[in-house]
Amino acid sequence: MSALRRPSMPHPLSGRANRFSRLRLDRLALHGAILLILIVWLLPTLGMLVNSFRPAADVSHTGWWTALSPTAQFTTENYQHVLTRNGLGQAFVNSLFITIPSTIIPITVAAFAAYAFAWMRFPGRDLLFVVVVGLLVVPLQTTLIPILRLFKDAGLAGSFLAVWLAHTGYGLPFAIFLLRNYMGGLPREVFESAAIDGAGPATAFFRLALPMSIPAVAALVIFQFLFVWNDLLVALVYLGAANAANLPLTVLVANLANSLGGEWQFLMAAAFVSMALPLVVFFALQRYFVRGITGGAVKG
Amino acid sequence: MDPRLGTALVVVVGVPLALIGYILGVEQLLRALPGRLQPRVRPWLWLLPALAFLVVFLIYPTLYTLVLSFEDKFARHFVGLANYQYFFSTGDTIGALRNNIVWLVLLTVLAVGGGLLVAVLVDRVRYESVAKSIIFLPLAISFVGAAVIWQFMFAYRPPGTFQTGTLNGLLGSVGVAPVPWLIDAPLNTVALIVVAAWIWTGFCMVILSAALKGISAELLEAARVDGATELQVFRRITLPLLMPTIAVVATTMVITSLKAFDIVYVMTNGAFDTEVIANRMYKELFSFGQPGRASAIAIVLLALIVPVMLLNVRRFRDQEAIR
Amino acid sequence: MTEVPLGIEHGGYSQRSTLCTKSPVDDLERSYRVNHRMGNGIRRGVTLLAVAGLLVAACTSGTSTTPSAASATGVPAASGSPAASSGQIGGKVTVIGTWGGSEQDSFLAMVKPFEDQTGIKVEYTGTRDLNAVLTTGVASGILPDLAGLPGPGQMAEYARSGALKPLNDVLDLSQYKADTAPALVDLGTVDGKITGVFIKAAVKGLIWYNPGVYTAGAPTSWDDLRAKAKAAAAAVAGGKTKPWCVGLESGAASGWPGTDWIEDFVLRQAGPDIYDKWVAGKQKWTSPEIKAAFQAFGQVVSPDDVYGGPKTVVTTNFGDGGNPLFTTPPGCIFHHQASFITDFFKKQGGAKDGQFDFFPFPDINPQYAGAVEGAGDLFGMFNDTPQARALMKYLVTAEAQSIWVGRGGALSANTKVTNYPDAISKRSAAILANAKIFRFDASDLMPQAMNDAFWKAILDYTVDPTKLDSILTNLDTIQASAYGG
Repeated sequence: MSALRRPSMPHPLSGRANRFSRLRLDRLALHGAILLILIVWLLPTLGMLVNSFRPAADVSHTGWWTALSPTAQFTTENYQHVLTRNGLGQAFVNSLFITIPSTIIPITVAAFAAYAFAWMRFPGRDLLFVVVVGLLVVPLQTTLIPILRLFKDAGLAGSFLAVWLAHTGYGLPFAIFLLRNYMGGLPREVFESAAIDGAGPATAFFRLALPMSIPAVAALVIFQFLFVWNDLLVALVYLGAANAANLPLTVLVANLANSLGGEWQFLMAAAFVSMALPLVVFFALQRYFVRGITGGAVKG
Repeated sequence: MDPRLGTALVVVVGVPLALIGYILGVEQLLRALPGRLQPRVRPWLWLLPALAFLVVFLIYPTLYTLVLSFEDKFARHFVGLANYQYFFSTGDTIGALRNNIVWLVLLTVLAVGGGLLVAVLVDRVRYESVAKSIIFLPLAISFVGAAVIWQFMFAYRPPGTFQTGTLNGLLGSVGVAPVPWLIDAPLNTVALIVVAAWIWTGFCMVILSAALKGISAELLEAARVDGATELQVFRRITLPLLMPTIAVVATTMVITSLKAFDIVYVMTNGAFDTEVIANRMYKELFSFGQPGRASAIAIVLLALIVPVMLLNVRRFRDQEAIR
Repeated sequence: MTEVPLGIEHGGYSQRSTLCTKSPVDDLERSYRVNHRMGNGIRRGVTLLAVAGLLVAACTSGTSTTPSAASATGVPAASGSPAASSGQIGGKVTVIGTWGGSEQDSFLAMVKPFEDQTGIKVEYTGTRDLNAVLTTGVASGILPDLAGLPGPGQMAEYARSGALKPLNDVLDLSQYKADTAPALVDLGTVDGKITGVFIKAAVKGLIWYNPGVYTAGAPTSWDDLRAKAKAAAAAVAGGKTKPWCVGLESGAASGWPGTDWIEDFVLRQAGPDIYDKWVAGKQKWTSPEIKAAFQAFGQVVSPDDVYGGPKTVVTTNFGDGGNPLFTTPPGCIFHHQASFITDFFKKQGGAKDGQFDFFPFPDINPQYAGAVEGAGDLFGMFNDTPQARALMKYLVTAEAQSIWVGRGGALSANTKVTNYPDAISKRSAAILANAKIFRFDASDLMPQAMNDAFWKAILDYTVDPTKLDSILTNLDTIQASAYGG
């Protein structure tokens, strides 16, 4: 690559001190910029966090920042209300039941397909790939009725299996898209030398492609988990209102406010309660985003 | 103990095992085939599980939608192109289409640009994981929660009274009159896109950051040792290497903007010219009892994405050529 | 087909014989009636708890005296249930509706005595995506047993497609008709069959004020009201107090509080006949009658008359809309909203009991004096199971509805319910019961596409009144396509 052209002369020593002080200034600017971005990003959430501890009448009358004054009143009533809500524990467990298989199945299925798209040649591959990724744009809402009819005929309507299968279908296009792109960027030499050593496609996939794609897989796990965890409509429609005991947390949370839009103050507390687990998942998987996990294998 | 736990365990462990077993079985079978046939058959067998899911859950419903789009509201009579004609002759839907174009440009630029900026910046600091978590945070919040959050941001009270909204509070502190963010077009659409960008920047950041970690450290170090400035390193090495990934997130963001629904649905429901096509589709489908019109909108959405996908094909061919 | 079946003659009901004795369901029903008579004849105005207690007691004693008879009937779903022998049906009934939060709690409290008595478990799910659930459910056939219905239009559609089951042989018809306002009975009737019933109701178009600020009493006419409002506003020191507070924001349904305003004007200016034609899509929006209603509303939300001006009106949540009544100095004199708003006054406005009171929307054209607009929650049955039948039968009774009413926040659709917890809700209920002309919320009766456009029109008109003609023309266009096949 053109960027790699090396200047033939080493740097003159005199430039070094100069560069060093400039670096420190750069670092300061860097920290400043990051700090600014983080504040901007946190501000909205911070506002709600503060408001979630204030009485509803105060929230309606004054801005959240006034709570910084010493006379401000705080209450944990919103959280108590949410945490003692009937069926919260059951709904949380239901959400886990829905989310974990709905995350693992599509990514496994997508990995094989992505590898085939990236490293096998066959007629019609590009067209097929475009169709697969183009399916990303299919609005989920239009699939509900035909799929629900299929589930009914198959006797699956209202079961967790129906939700797992549906989420797998919905999650596949993006999973294939992302993984194919990542796997396609892996260096050809690695696979060629493996082939010379007599490794078949299965070995190349399990021993090379998959381990080298861990960061992409980790990212996918996070997104699919989030998508399913925060989904309301798919669960509601496929599990069915006829199966109230199986419904996930999102249904319970959306139901905290009344039909007129009152009691919204509980939604604030609920938002923090329901985002806790996705954040844990994110934290847990972050260690796969560090440099060198691919062994520096990606070609420059 | 919940009896469903057993089922879940079987699924969580069993399905991946079954799939691995399937692939190994396929490879065994292929060995029985003549060598010439193997590379022809193999890709299809590897793709089979994914294609089966896609056919059932996405392709079949799309064909169903296509048929519906030519039928009346009871799905009884063929009405030709009437539903499409409705789409392209109604002020509301044309306005929605126009808004979606604004969404497409702004959201893609903001989220991909923002995600790239954050990914590159935090790559250089030690508190990277904390910083990334903060940018990621909005993604973990449900849309119901996000709507409440941004209601506090955009809240508007009469000029001269106490502002409860964060933004108007800030404006007030520097003596500027409050702005009704969600009322005046086209500012309101921009305000909604800002909410979307606040959410999706974390998404772009995670993927771009993962790709960034894939760039070999030695390569970057070599360039730095050779005297390249940080900007040069970014422009000449990092950016070209990230390009395929940028294309992926940009494509995803384009599709996300075309399908933009939740934020509009919960915050304005299309009032004051903020309508978008997916929200319109939802209304036609579930509120207005017009599945035909809703289907026509869905098909238009599909058609809109074709040029983007063709660009992707070209990109993949290029990637193929250089690796 | 979305026409509202107002004033349809019901003929040829085959009233289900209550003589075929001793199914547990009948037992239950009979005990209600026993209790009912007690409630009416002996202790009018018993408290909620007493009613609930009586109900349980009456039911229990009623069944315990005839255990053998109850078990002999062999109710289908009860087979295998050990509770069957003690007069219980057992099993479950699934219910879906839009009620959340405290409404959900009230509904569950309402069905609690039913569950205790019958052994039937009521599984309730509340969701704001009710339309999506019902649309997909009707298309696929997977539906809850009972459900809240989006409106009479959809109810008729579902009934004609066979998804909704007629209730004629489910309810005790004569009792139901005796207990329910004829207008509500008619609204729940499709092709001569009762298909939907009302669980609770609200009175619309009440004018709220702070008795500590406004003391001039109930105005006699709309003009009188305007004059009194201006005078009261001018009397407040500071000169910033306006006659009205209005809040139109309501998330996805923003604009609906304004539709109540227009409806009140149409009903009182142009009368119930025009109102009915308008609901049925036969009165053009551009007609002088409807336009006049918009213009009257336009005066209310004009910058001179409304707190904060039009931009405040469209950005203020309806629940916060009345809050300036209670500030010092007050931001406004009057607030127009349905009977349920008291809850918001207390929780979000920080108002205490005694700080708010109301008078009904004054008459405008004397010809239509005593007109009242109301609303209610429509309910229907999708699966004909013994459990669903039993619950449906229970929900329309005065005993059931008095439970929700007693918890506050609702009026009963059943005219026999009297145990209102405070003077304000008692007066609201009296207005509903004594209306000379009663009309249901027009926007709720219109097809959803029309309703949606109506909401948007309210918002657009509030922000820019000069666009009235083009807004109304657009509504006419939508009217032309939203009604009918």
